Amino acid sequence: MQYENISADMKQEGEGARAVPLAGHVGFDSMPDQLVNKSVNHGFCFNILCVGETGLGKSTLMDTLFNTKFEGEPTQHNQPGVQLKSNTYELQESNVRLKLTVVNTVGFGDQINKEDSYKSIVEFIDTQFEAYLQEELKIKRTLHSYHDTRIHACLYFIAPTGHSLKSLDLVTMKKLDSKVNIIPIIAKSDAISKSELTKFKIKITSELVSNGVQIYQFPTDDETVAEINATMNGHLPFAVVGSTEEVKIGNKMVKARQYPWGTVQVENENHCDFVKLREMLIRVNMEDLREQTHTRHYELYRRCKLEEMGFKDTDPDCKPFSLQETYEAKRNEFMGELQKKEEEMRQMFVQRVKEKEAELKEAEKELHEKFDRLKKLHQDEKKKLEDKKKSLDDELNGFKQKKTAAELLQSQAQQAGGSTTLKRDKERKK
Amino acid sequence: MRPLNLEGYVGFANLPNQVYRKSVKRGFEFTLMVVGESGLGKSTLINSLFLTDLYSKDYPGPSLRIKKTVQVEQSKVLVKEGGVQLTLTIVDTPGFGDAVDNSNCWQPVINYIDSKCEDFLNAESRVNRRLMPDNRVHCCLYFIAPSGHGLKPLDIEFMKRLHDKVNVIPLIAKADTLTPEECQLFKKQIMKEIQEHKIKIYEFPDTEDDEDNKLIRKIKERMPLAVVGSNVVIEVNGKKVRGRQYPWGVAEVENGEHCDFTVLRNMLIRTHMQDLKDVTNNVHYENYRSKKLAAVTCNGGVDISKTKNQMTRSPLAQMEEERREHVMKMKKMETEMEQVFEMKVKEKKQKLKDSEAELERRHEQMKKNLEAQYKELEEKRRHYEEEKSNWEAQQRILEQQKLDASKTMEKNKKKGKIF
Repeated sequence: MQYENISADMKQEGEGARAVPLAGHVGFDSMPDQLVNKSVNHGFCFNILCVGETGLGKSTLMDTLFNTKFEGEPTQHNQPGVQLKSNTYELQESNVRLKLTVVNTVGFGDQINKEDSYKSIVEFIDTQFEAYLQEELKIKRTLHSYHDTRIHACLYFIAPTGHSLKSLDLVTMKKLDSKVNIIPIIAKSDAISKSELTKFKIKITSELVSNGVQIYQFPTDDETVAEINATMNGHLPFAVVGSTEEVKIGNKMVKARQYPWGTVQVENENHCDFVKLREMLIRVNMEDLREQTHTRHYELYRRCKLEEMGFKDTDPDCKPFSLQETYEAKRNEFMGELQKKEEEMRQMFVQRVKEKEAELKEAEKELHEKFDRLKKLHQDEKKKLEDKKKSLDDELNGFKQKKTAAELLQSQAQQAGGSTTLKRDKERKK
Repeated sequence: MRPLNLEGYVGFANLPNQVYRKSVKRGFEFTLMVVGESGLGKSTLINSLFLTDLYSKDYPGPSLRIKKTVQVEQSKVLVKEGGVQLTLTIVDTPGFGDAVDNSNCWQPVINYIDSKCEDFLNAESRVNRRLMPDNRVHCCLYFIAPSGHGLKPLDIEFMKRLHDKVNVIPLIAKADTLTPEECQLFKKQIMKEIQEHKIKIYEFPDTEDDEDNKLIRKIKERMPLAVVGSNVVIEVNGKKVRGRQYPWGVAEVENGEHCDFTVLRNMLIRTHMQDLKDVTNNVHYENYRSKKLAAVTCNGGVDISKTKNQMTRSPLAQMEEERREHVMKMKKMETEMEQVFEMKVKEKKQKLKDSEAELERRHEQMKKNLEAQYKELEEKRRHYEEEKSNWEAQQRILEQQKLDASKTMEKNKKKGKIF
């Protein structure tokens, strides 16, 4: 869908555009028609999110609004968390094709602890924004044929207690009001009497205001619809009744709910605000809801996302960045980061290697020291041995000398003794 | 997606009206560029198209100013009709093709178109973006001199360089100098040359409506449109018409038999203005943008096999992908380095072990050696001790004998006389 570049109020003479008169019929007054024809050929798309507790008639209301039977079974109350189920349908009315996506919150309000109930809803909405943003940022993109899944309207179903909003309602709406156009409606309003209803609506409105919840206001800047929109704004929140069953009233078949005490006619404006809702949501402001989603909610998301990623519009000197500069700067930063990481890892390894080398060197040194010690011990032992050997040799020598001397003496003595003996023998013989 | 039947009137058939309403409130913009040599009647044609005096005494047109080089000048006017407001920007290119050497005279034009795309790209890419005026050139009317022969080299060169940057609509200027037959031949020749040179001029899109398609085909047959413009209103047969007065008659601007002006006007303004903008936005601008962004992400060095993948992503997603790749690369590097490290440590440890074993062995050897020597010594000592004690025993016996002998002698001496 072509979103005409959201130009400033063109009525002002910006940038020196001077008004000139025309001397005849030029024909550019067909431009709106040209634009419309293109849009019709392209087809439209609209995405509604229904938030509300199980059993408030969300699916029935959708069926009633769009005069058809959408898919789905009624959900049970035992869902563990809040899930969002989305279904897309192709509808056609006269020559207008509409791709309608209805998203339902399944299990909303059923848990004992509802603190995180809103989270999956916010996440879902953000995911659609993100998808669009990603497409918008692609180098080769096809925006004009992109199927827009962003939520254009959020119908918030309020339980018909007749008293006030539940805290879950306030918390959820507060979380959603900056992300989506919220249209609060009082569901199953045939359970409330007229007087109670007025009080209920006032209470709800004041609670919303005092809690700073921004709900969608029907636009009053275009004269053609300003009046009706302003009036309708005063009827918010719409008290609706949905029904796909038909009852014969008079000679017509109308959508209604039949009770023993009477029949609630859905399209009777005295009975409920269904017609007002349909009028506002579909017939008058559908396009505005789409526009607001794109120019306000999406832009906010986009701005936050880009700021988060560190994008700025101006550099420190307050000069505007061009897109190229921005991307290049980001890229350089990114590359620098990667390189730094690589360096760090390398350094770490170098460090480890150094440490290990030192360790091993220590071990080597110890080993050598050990063996040096052993060697020394060995040397000592050897020396001792040498000494012992020497002393033994000395002894041996001494002994030998002694022996030799003694033997010499002996032989001398023998010789002498022999001669003495000889002398004696000689004397005897005489 | 399921098509569903509606069982009653819902009301979204009113959507087109809502769109209509909003578009009127917003107003419209259109930028038209005219290119051609001086004197081809560009300003006059603009005035005739928009039934206004765009260039007047207070705002003189470029044709009355003498230019030495090619200028690109824009005039912005606000016109209103039937409740619809249009901001019209006319971009003129005085000096185009007027010099003796016209090489690169298209460059200022290209620069202008690119700079408008650049402006839009920057505005679109801002973090805080709101007012995005669309000043991009939506259509370029190229004026061909009515020579009757064919395109000039400058015409071909210009159109080739600009056909993928802007919607080019070639026009035969001052068509009142050609007879219908000459005009026909001229048109045929021009279209032939355009096809030969593969110039992509603006194409009318086919619609779903057969009637419209018939009309479109008729227009296509008359391309390039031969136009006549006039600032002067003349009375012909009681009617006031815009035309050029000649001694031999009046060439009427809005007469379909005289020229294709009405076809041009209807096509340009009444039926295809929006399409020209759409093609500019969806084709020419996207072309510019993707080229610009590809240059930024691929940093010049383009690897064709990678480029295809990168094109489908935003530069940021591209960086994410690169980051992921880098993480994997780092992991791989880490494991490799780890492996090498472990291996080296193992080696060194093994060496240390071996060296330790060697030293142990040597030490053992020396110990054994020493022990052997000790044993030897022990042996030797034992021997010696044995010998010594034997000898000493012997000596004691001898001593004893000696003692005994001397004792006996003493006894004998005492006993008798020793003879």
